Amino acid sequence: MRIGVITYPGTLDDRDAQRAVRLAGGTPVPLWHADDDLKKVDAVVLPGGFSYGDYLRCGAIAAQAPATKEVIRLAEKGLPVLGICNGFQVLVESHLLPGGLIRNEKQHFVCRDQKLRVENVNTAWTNLFEKDEEITIPLKNGEGGYIAHEETLKMLEAENRVVFRYLDVNPNGSMNDIAGLTNERGNVVGLMPHPEHAVEPGFGPDTEVATRSGIDGLKFFQSALKALVNS
Amino acid sequence: MLKKKSEPSGVDTVESAAQDPEKEQPWKELGLKEDEYQSIREILGRRPTSSELAMYSVMWSEHCSYKSSKIYLRQFGEKVTEEMKEHLMVGMGENAGVVDIGEGLAVTFKVESHNHPSYIEPFQGAATGVGGIVRDILSMGARPVAVMDQLRFGAPEKADTARVVHGVVDGISFYGNCLGLPNIGGETVFDAVYQGNPLVNALSIGALKHEDLQLAKASNAGDLVILFGARTGADGIGGVSVLASETFGDEGPTKRPAVQVGDPFAEKVLIECCLELYHSGVVAGIQDLGGAGISCATSELASNGGMGMKIQLKNVLLRDESLTPEEILMSESQERMCAIVPRKHLKGFEKIVNKWEVEYSVLGEVINEDRLYIDWGDEEIVNVPPRTVAHDGPVYNRPVAYPKHQDALNADTSASIKRAENSTELAAQLMQLIASPNHADKSWITSQYDRYVLGNTALAQPDDGGMIRISEDTGLGVALATDANGKYCYLDPYEGARQALAEAYRNVAATGAVPRAVTNCLNFGSPENPEVMWQFKQATAGLADACQELGIPVTGGNVSFYNQTGDTAIYPTPVVGVLGVIDDVARRIPSGWQDDGNNIYLLGTTADELDGSAWAKDLHNHLGGKPPKVDLNKEKQLAELLHGASMQGLVEAAHDVSEGGLGVAILEAALRFNVGARVWLGELMERDGIDVTAALFSESQSRVIVSVGREDDVKFQALCEARGVPVLRIGVTDKENASVEIKDIATLELSEIRMAWSETMPRLFS
Amino acid sequence: MPKIIVEIMPKQDLLDPQGKAVANALRRSGHNEISAVRIGKRIELHFDREITDKDVENAKAQAASFLSNDVIEDVVAVTVEN
Repeated sequence: MRIGVITYPGTLDDRDAQRAVRLAGGTPVPLWHADDDLKKVDAVVLPGGFSYGDYLRCGAIAAQAPATKEVIRLAEKGLPVLGICNGFQVLVESHLLPGGLIRNEKQHFVCRDQKLRVENVNTAWTNLFEKDEEITIPLKNGEGGYIAHEETLKMLEAENRVVFRYLDVNPNGSMNDIAGLTNERGNVVGLMPHPEHAVEPGFGPDTEVATRSGIDGLKFFQSALKALVNS
Repeated sequence: MLKKKSEPSGVDTVESAAQDPEKEQPWKELGLKEDEYQSIREILGRRPTSSELAMYSVMWSEHCSYKSSKIYLRQFGEKVTEEMKEHLMVGMGENAGVVDIGEGLAVTFKVESHNHPSYIEPFQGAATGVGGIVRDILSMGARPVAVMDQLRFGAPEKADTARVVHGVVDGISFYGNCLGLPNIGGETVFDAVYQGNPLVNALSIGALKHEDLQLAKASNAGDLVILFGARTGADGIGGVSVLASETFGDEGPTKRPAVQVGDPFAEKVLIECCLELYHSGVVAGIQDLGGAGISCATSELASNGGMGMKIQLKNVLLRDESLTPEEILMSESQERMCAIVPRKHLKGFEKIVNKWEVEYSVLGEVINEDRLYIDWGDEEIVNVPPRTVAHDGPVYNRPVAYPKHQDALNADTSASIKRAENSTELAAQLMQLIASPNHADKSWITSQYDRYVLGNTALAQPDDGGMIRISEDTGLGVALATDANGKYCYLDPYEGARQALAEAYRNVAATGAVPRAVTNCLNFGSPENPEVMWQFKQATAGLADACQELGIPVTGGNVSFYNQTGDTAIYPTPVVGVLGVIDDVARRIPSGWQDDGNNIYLLGTTADELDGSAWAKDLHNHLGGKPPKVDLNKEKQLAELLHGASMQGLVEAAHDVSEGGLGVAILEAALRFNVGARVWLGELMERDGIDVTAALFSESQSRVIVSVGREDDVKFQALCEARGVPVLRIGVTDKENASVEIKDIATLELSEIRMAWSETMPRLFS
Repeated sequence: MPKIIVEIMPKQDLLDPQGKAVANALRRSGHNEISAVRIGKRIELHFDREITDKDVENAKAQAASFLSNDVIEDVVAVTVEN
């Protein structure tokens, strides 16, 4: 299974996303932002970073890129898309997901090992989790505060479109402790935390068992491969 | 060269310099001394043009020419054995040192200062400090893979300290995170002596294959000189030599801002662009533009290659069209690089920079002459021998004087401090120390830095060193630790510098790596103060001698002078960074224990050495006496033991015992994974003949605490004996009781310790 | 040089943490008369010829679709400046 990872100028976690795909058993395909040819990949990851230096608004300029336009087109037809951090911001700017992402409440960038609850296990990226499973995923951002109009929030909750919720600590002031969302169909998922940083023992978050041994992020990518196999 | 009869354009040309030799020139305002100005006249055989004067003034400034420190820095290259050079691919004198780590891989690393800009404008000062050191690493042909920082601020309660702390931390966070470089460690120190002179040192490390090495030299006539990256603007003009009341001419430059402004996005793009340029083989030489900008890049590239250059300054892409040629030459605009590109590779070069939307312009070409010619349109404004600008700057032998206060300072030992009389007092002192700003939890700072990006961080704060995996195939990696103790250096600069090296060396060993190379950032007061020069002379000798004894070379570094306010200099603060190599990062050792019932051992011996300690300064406001003794043989044995133990997987955790002493080290190791311990000091006190205050707070060197699984006890103790390292069991880890029990002194609840330890920084700075 | 100025503000009913932080800072330095602060953006579109009605129409469209995010921001003004 081939999973594309788009690089925009300023993208930082593309190589990590590629590694995550590889460790999950897939083949990562590097994609260039200016190229609307997505090389027939089976799924796409929009990775973290500071595309275009966060100029204008985070993800705003990247949302206009040829590759992004093609992702939007294919996503509307069911292509699995995972937007991580800046990638989530691109999904929101592209209107594939509703709402907005603004500066952290405390005004500081924060890097922490974040506890999350997986509330929707029917998406392309979460089907291997148990409902309400608690996982620990590294979080690192300065503009991660999720906001949306009252009606949007009601709709998201009613339709079970909140995929991940912050537990213990809300690191950025996101409304309803929303850490990640999915679209109606369940093929597009966006979240602020970084699953690609919890895929390899020795380089993930600390756990009770051993230092840096957390790999809760691997299931995201394994889920996608499973979804593709089953589709 | 076309020499048109010049119309009055206002630009000071070589021709007019030859014609009016007696013209008044602002050499003093540009920071030059009279004899230096005369020297320039002799070199050129005429008065310099204002552009030439600008170039010499920045390149001959202390920051760029190292004129006050050169005679002492030579020791780092002289006190070197053949063995020490074994892994050294590029030594001092280049943008950064390069060390072979095996498997055809190498790393380049260096630490640099950006102190003064960080006091004036903390955010941009710190941000551009990170940007600058990363570009140095990039210019060696390496992909930057990590950063660290060493920060020293004034008294924590003062409002101005908060101003600097916020700006600096925000700046490092802003720049480092946007570049996508994990911050893997460093230090934060508070002391009133740094009030008006905060120290912001930034370190970066990069990885490369041997064949990817790039050097800053122009070697072939006909190769093109290309400036690329950000456009040139008015940033930092005079940042290096500090313009006062400059007047170059009638329409000379007005005072421009001395602070550089950074754009990390531009640098991230530059990194990817440069790496692609290197890998495609289109670049023959590369230099980053830091202090002294274009003046430095052109003269150094030419001089390093033994060639010359012909440059058309009007080809420089400008942000601000009103810049004069002098300003363009001195500008310190960030995110710029200068490449030497063989003509046949120009198309290849252009394709790559265009792909990344990086602007560039061809400034000129390399020529086979010992001359640097710079034209402004068709007027020649610079005609100098490049070596005289870049390398043959003035070399001072500044007066050195033994400080008048030194003897009294050394006589005033910590023996005068009344020691705690009962366990309640001792426990209170220990809690006070762990909660003090110098020992408190720094995650308020470090959680503002990304430590995950690139997915190769094996160890980061709060462990004893940072560790990065370099080869994803084999697990080959490197560890880095940086240390300095200004108090010890103030008491004895020679011993204090030795101690800084010993501690960084020990910290690297505590991670499981083998120390291999050294970098340094020497932060001192004014070189015009003979007592400061004495400190500098002593410290450099101490460091050079220590490097030779330990067998690891200095590969590069930085000197920052003039860190003083009025007559008060900072403590001499030589920051020493040690890099080590580990064959597989999976063997890395964290700084705290996680398992229950493991034995805790103290390696090394403890003497009554409280002079200059945190106990003396932070609890009793006393600084005097002599710093703890440093025995480098013991450090070597200790490091070898730790390596051997780690190879056999005998050690679960290792934490070096340094500032604060044994009590603080034990609490830190327990806090690491929130696992308690039961320890006893009676045997230690008896074996080493010390009292309980010394046992808890002495800062004797060559000590590490380790936790060892019971099944490995016998092997471990045997190893210690074989290596001649004193070992004493002082406790057991205790997962059941969330507390640290120090027999006959106190039982401290982990939650209590954690609360005191973690609330200090947010309380002071949130 | 003729230009079109686009002014953008965060939506009234949404959080403006930056504005809040600035208001607190102003009040800490004694300005208790300031009850709130909201921070927006001013974008200048420069032209090297005279500005037409079509240009203004285009600018309004760009302002709504790209220069602002209508979920979280409002375009409060689009004006011509000569």
